[in-house]
Amino acid sequence: MRLVILDDYDLASEWAAKYIRNRIVQFKPSADRFFTLGLPTGSTPYGCYQKLIEYYRHGDISFKYVKTFNMDEYVGLPRAHPESYHSYMWNNFFKHIDIDPANAHILDGNAQNLEEECQAYEQKIAEAGGIELFVGGIGPDGHIAFNEPGSSLVSRTRVKTLAKDTIVANARFFGNDLSKVPTMALTVGVGTVMDAKEVMILITGAHKAFALYKAIEEGVNHMWTVSAFQQHPRTIFVCDEDATLELRVKTVKYFKGLMHVHNKLVDPVLSIKDQ
Amino acid sequence: MPLLQAMEQACGDIQVTAIHAWFRHARGYFPGAQREKTLLAMSMRSCGQTPTDGGIHEPTEDLWVREGRILDPEKLFFDEQGYADKHVDCEGSIIAPGFIDVQINGGYGIDFSQASEDVSDGVSFVAKKILEHGVTSFCPTLVTSPPEVYHKVLPQVTVHDGGPHGAGVLGFHLEGPFISAEKKGAHPEKYLRTFKSGGLEHLMEVYGSLDDVAIVTLAPELPGSQSVVRELSQRGITVSLGHSAADLSQAEEAVQQGASFITHLFNAMLPFHHRDPGIVGLLTSDRIPAGRAVYYGMIADGIHTNPAALRIAHRAHPSGLVLVTDAITAMGLPPGRHTLGQQVIEIQGLHAYVAGTKTLSGSIATMDMCVRHFKQASGCSVQEALEAASLHPAQLLGISPKKGKLDYGSDADLVLLDEGLNVKATYISGEEVWRKGQ
Repeated sequence: MRLVILDDYDLASEWAAKYIRNRIVQFKPSADRFFTLGLPTGSTPYGCYQKLIEYYRHGDISFKYVKTFNMDEYVGLPRAHPESYHSYMWNNFFKHIDIDPANAHILDGNAQNLEEECQAYEQKIAEAGGIELFVGGIGPDGHIAFNEPGSSLVSRTRVKTLAKDTIVANARFFGNDLSKVPTMALTVGVGTVMDAKEVMILITGAHKAFALYKAIEEGVNHMWTVSAFQQHPRTIFVCDEDATLELRVKTVKYFKGLMHVHNKLVDPVLSIKDQ
Repeated sequence: MPLLQAMEQACGDIQVTAIHAWFRHARGYFPGAQREKTLLAMSMRSCGQTPTDGGIHEPTEDLWVREGRILDPEKLFFDEQGYADKHVDCEGSIIAPGFIDVQINGGYGIDFSQASEDVSDGVSFVAKKILEHGVTSFCPTLVTSPPEVYHKVLPQVTVHDGGPHGAGVLGFHLEGPFISAEKKGAHPEKYLRTFKSGGLEHLMEVYGSLDDVAIVTLAPELPGSQSVVRELSQRGITVSLGHSAADLSQAEEAVQQGASFITHLFNAMLPFHHRDPGIVGLLTSDRIPAGRAVYYGMIADGIHTNPAALRIAHRAHPSGLVLVTDAITAMGLPPGRHTLGQQVIEIQGLHAYVAGTKTLSGSIATMDMCVRHFKQASGCSVQEALEAASLHPAQLLGISPKKGKLDYGSDADLVLLDEGLNVKATYISGEEVWRKGQ
């Protein structure tokens, strides 16, 4: 695991965006060889998306040959609802870049047959050649996507009922009315993300600190599903100072000491203009 | 050789099945050709602000247009997996719904009230010129005239959409002849009329036809007006009170019967009096039927209304303010003498008087000038100023949200403005119909 610790949210967002940018540029995607990117939603990756949009506007990256697969989507929420993950991705990312709509995949929470939708999604990922880089976040209960505590660590894309914690955490997006928050979601499984060639988890804020501690300093445990990535060959955790508050000083010092190594991944930052 | 024969010779050996290969090729290379209808989704990039009901959007918000209407780009993206075929860089301009002028008597030497053989040409000429002022739809207005004029002029112009040829015609505004002699303003006295018994039939005799009429201005104190107001309203024609000496209760009665507009507030009506506010009192009347609103035209040219009066009206009833030009023949022309209806007008600077008097006969301000003046005089926001020239007239005529708004599905009649609210370009149904400097 690489644990990349930046001073604040903005710097962490920027580091993550630079990393994604370098990976895409280096990959040299083309019509025969797409770069497949797994994407999250929520407040954590927002800054990262803003930076990627900025890089696109400056002409340094293009998403023309990038295929994206989002992690999750609520069940039963109209696609045009402002809180749906379709809306989030459209407003915060897709509408600002040059991605081909046919290549932007998000689970359909209003599909006639949810199970078939999940299986079809797994199929699409397989057909795309697997995910090159899966970007994700972590919930306060240590979940990745909607793989709530107790989810199998080898699970695949499926329907999940949301935990009470998650529903309460989401209430702020639904006018603090618990009755309006969706109770089910379609989500990629822990196993699905584990299949990716590389995984990058973004974790910022003190409220995520305990989950980060459980994920990387304790054992692999299905109660803290992000811990599964301890067994992935290429995982990067990008976080800010606040997210490290529950870690041992020793852990933090060690990884901070490695920043000069980590920074080689984002410095120099590459551009398609130079190709 | 004949064209069809030439085509036959050239393509005779192409099999029907070959067309399927073309479809496959087209879909792969021209993703926009996936649908049966041409997907001309045009996104207008880098645009400053798009005032809508929900407020002005942040900069860099794009406006999407397809087949002449505002498009929901999120639906395009997810439902159709489509994206923009064409980008228009608005260079940070403000995008507003196209202006709607519901009272314009002519301009550029054209007088709509002149009974001529080519009224239609005159209307088209003005329609084309006013694109420069950001006007995308209008109501050609006829002042008090004898029946012969109405019978000759009205049939020559029908309601029709705008386009590169000019702003769209929403229908005539017939200002008179059923108005008050006392408040005739510049209208010729000898052609004023009162309602005879049989209200609407008499109206039809005078006008000839009401098919392409959008607004009728009348004085409600004239006996027999109530049934006329009611019947016109039921026909979907907007009834406006103006050139009238009505008191407030007479005006309210007319509103109860269906009247919904006041023609150029303050002008040609009794002045506001604290014990009988007259027509002006409609702005704050509590006898307006539920679910209905009263709108009022304002000639914000700095001449017809003192800015303080404009502010009083605006503050009393901001959502009802409709900017109108009441422009006359001389608008767009140099100073001098010109004809309006059956009378002669004299231009002095920005003023237009009935020749030999100090009676204002109409304005020569353009719509965009009115918008700028209104904003400056009232201190209102950019959004409010623009709504007074687009949203409110559309609501008055019952054509919102198709016109006057930039909702998904609204007609893409737009005006691009700079920070000072000067018109940079005008669009109708998503097509650029005028650009400054061209």
